[in-house]
Amino acid sequence: MTHVAQPLGGPLLTRGYRVLLGMAGIALLLIAWRFAAGLGAVTGLNDGYPWGIWIAFDVVTGTALACGGYAMALLVYALSRGEYHPLVRPALLTSALGYSIAGVAIAVDVGRPWFIHRIPLRPDLWNLNSALLEVALCVMAYVIVLWIELAPVFLRRWAAGGETGFTRFARAATRGLNRAMPFIIALGILLPTMHQSSLGTVMVLAGPKLHPLWQTTFLPGLFLVSCIGMGFAMVVVESSLAVLAFGRRPETPMLGRLSRAASITVALFLVFRFGDLAVRGQLGALFAAGRYSLLFWLETILFVLPALMFLRATVRRHLGALFGWSCILALAGALYRFDTYLLAFDPGPGWSYFPAAPEILITLGFVAVEVALYVAIVKRFPILGGPSARSGRVEVTA
Amino acid sequence: MRAMRGGGADGARMTGGVERRDFLKVCTMAAAAVGLPASAGVRMARAAEKGLKPSVIWLHFQECTGCSESLLRTSHPSLARLILDLVSLDYHETLLAAAGVQAEDALHQAMDANDGKYVCVIEGAIPTREGGVFCKIADRTALEIVDEVAARAGAIVAIGSCASWGGIPSADPNPTGARGAPQVLEGRTVVTIPGCPANPYNFLGTVLQYVALGSLPALDEQGRPLFAYGRTIHEHCPRRAHFDAGRFVLEFGDEGHRQGWCLYRTGCKGPQTRANCSTQHFGEEPGAWPIGIGHPCVGCTEQRIAFRVPMHDTVPIDRPTPPDFYPPIEAGGGGATAIGAGVAGLVLGAAAGAGAMAARRLSDAERSTPAEPTRAKDGGEEP
Repeated sequence: MTHVAQPLGGPLLTRGYRVLLGMAGIALLLIAWRFAAGLGAVTGLNDGYPWGIWIAFDVVTGTALACGGYAMALLVYALSRGEYHPLVRPALLTSALGYSIAGVAIAVDVGRPWFIHRIPLRPDLWNLNSALLEVALCVMAYVIVLWIELAPVFLRRWAAGGETGFTRFARAATRGLNRAMPFIIALGILLPTMHQSSLGTVMVLAGPKLHPLWQTTFLPGLFLVSCIGMGFAMVVVESSLAVLAFGRRPETPMLGRLSRAASITVALFLVFRFGDLAVRGQLGALFAAGRYSLLFWLETILFVLPALMFLRATVRRHLGALFGWSCILALAGALYRFDTYLLAFDPGPGWSYFPAAPEILITLGFVAVEVALYVAIVKRFPILGGPSARSGRVEVTA
Repeated sequence: MRAMRGGGADGARMTGGVERRDFLKVCTMAAAAVGLPASAGVRMARAAEKGLKPSVIWLHFQECTGCSESLLRTSHPSLARLILDLVSLDYHETLLAAAGVQAEDALHQAMDANDGKYVCVIEGAIPTREGGVFCKIADRTALEIVDEVAARAGAIVAIGSCASWGGIPSADPNPTGARGAPQVLEGRTVVTIPGCPANPYNFLGTVLQYVALGSLPALDEQGRPLFAYGRTIHEHCPRRAHFDAGRFVLEFGDEGHRQGWCLYRTGCKGPQTRANCSTQHFGEEPGAWPIGIGHPCVGCTEQRIAFRVPMHDTVPIDRPTPPDFYPPIEAGGGGATAIGAGVAGLVLGAAAGAGAMAARRLSDAERSTPAEPTRAKDGGEEP
């Protein structure tokens, strides 16, 4: 490891931080209300649309945006591109936070949460043909793996200090972890490969309820490829935000090279997607009138533009442009997931869904918790590496 | 039946002039019809070719022969194929051509020849009061017969509710002290196929598995094969959607009855009755089962319901929706509300604005390095 990660330090309870905590508090109250009064009281869900933004955003989009850790692990460990190593740890942290929050979101979303403990605890009740079970188990396992991958960061701090039982434990755990880490990293690459594709499988099961422009047996593959592209984009976004919020020195050249990897992934995604449409004989649907073809083209444009822009040296040299186009790439992936899970999903006549205000506020609260935890952890633990900070600046809350 | 037994094949030809190829087909079809693997069919055929058809001894006690009648109406395999090709039915009081001493001889010869290997099928309840004098065959009581025949059997199958737990003969006040085979043969494994009549495919599935694989299917605590009795009628009822939606038949012939709504309120015992009638209809006639023809399930497979709970009384739901103090699981949300749309707009707008601001500030921060005017792209962030 050539770079040294350092805790940022600095005061925790800034004004922006209090806003985050406030949003989290509101969400917590609404979640309590949801558990007391049921889903109908706080959501726009119904029997036609049994999932809404909690699944489409918090879980499906959220875990894909949290694929930074997966994408970086693929790049650094599987493809041995060690130069990106400084980006791995912050990416892992956002992944761990994103996946943990997604797990909580599922517990809030399921209709009968009093059965949810059965997923990890009652293997005798497992339905081994269920794609959702695969997602649930994989996500649970991956959350654990992510925190183990991050554990050395916490252990190092805890191992410092006097000779107490706790510090001795931390040191022993560090030694054990170092030996096990290659296997854990391998798991950390295997598990997202499994469940990100299964998130696509789930909608294959929706059959004709999903519009033919999206419905394909290759949906798992498309979800997998697009989540890697989103992961790269989010690494750029997070790194840029760290420049703004914590006054870090920009890592623009590295991020520029990374954006090229994103371009390649997007190209692969588009080839697969259009190839699949051609194989299924659905290319004609691209030119049909109506909102579905419109949504499809919007997605495609949002995918294509950043991919093309990342090929331009001027864009790769400028953090502002890199950040903007990475946001748009992440948005493209998010729209693809929203389309697949909600907008191109038609459960039949008479059903409609739009998120209710409390539902949105709970989702916002989840995001706020995620950001708050991220800020707290990078200030207290060695996550962000590379060149040291310029003078401190207030963080942004977006 | 003796005459037909041991009709072993000399390679190409089978009993009654059936070609080997046809015979393999029969075996495979029989296996498929009852949910056994196709290889089971081949094994059955091989066993039959070697003359190893399992001997079946079928006892009748207090019953109406409805279960045998129901078995006569199967066609995959047909009864003729079953008893001539697949098994060797050595003793069956209603199908037997022989009578009197001849019939008794057939029973004892079959028992001696296949000691410990034959399948003992019991149809009908066994009277136990006053020494069991209410049912006697060849001067022996049903109790004596069942004790002797079952003791030397390889497998015991009780077909129908009477043999499984007593059935109609055991209904109150049960003057003959009628009991089912498992109660009389305590300590022995008795596969029970309750039903009034039992669905013949559940019986065939069990017997053919024993024939082909030498094993018995997984059973519940009442000896019922789980493949057929693992779920309640209610759990896989074709009218379940009407139950969930609250659309009930209130009396026979009303509007809901004509529309095929749920029969729960006319006394359907489906929620308490474990059986597969709703997926395995009778006589291979689609819809031929009580609920299919518009009558509530009477719970004929369940000892605690059939002939005890009045036919049109409702029963509690076995596994109901969650208790009332749990949060409701129904959600009746619908389209966009003004507040929801407003909040969504605010959030998206704030995100787009913050993104654009961040991009601008990043670009500003980079001013020190020579920059081309690429900032215009930042604006069109969120469509």
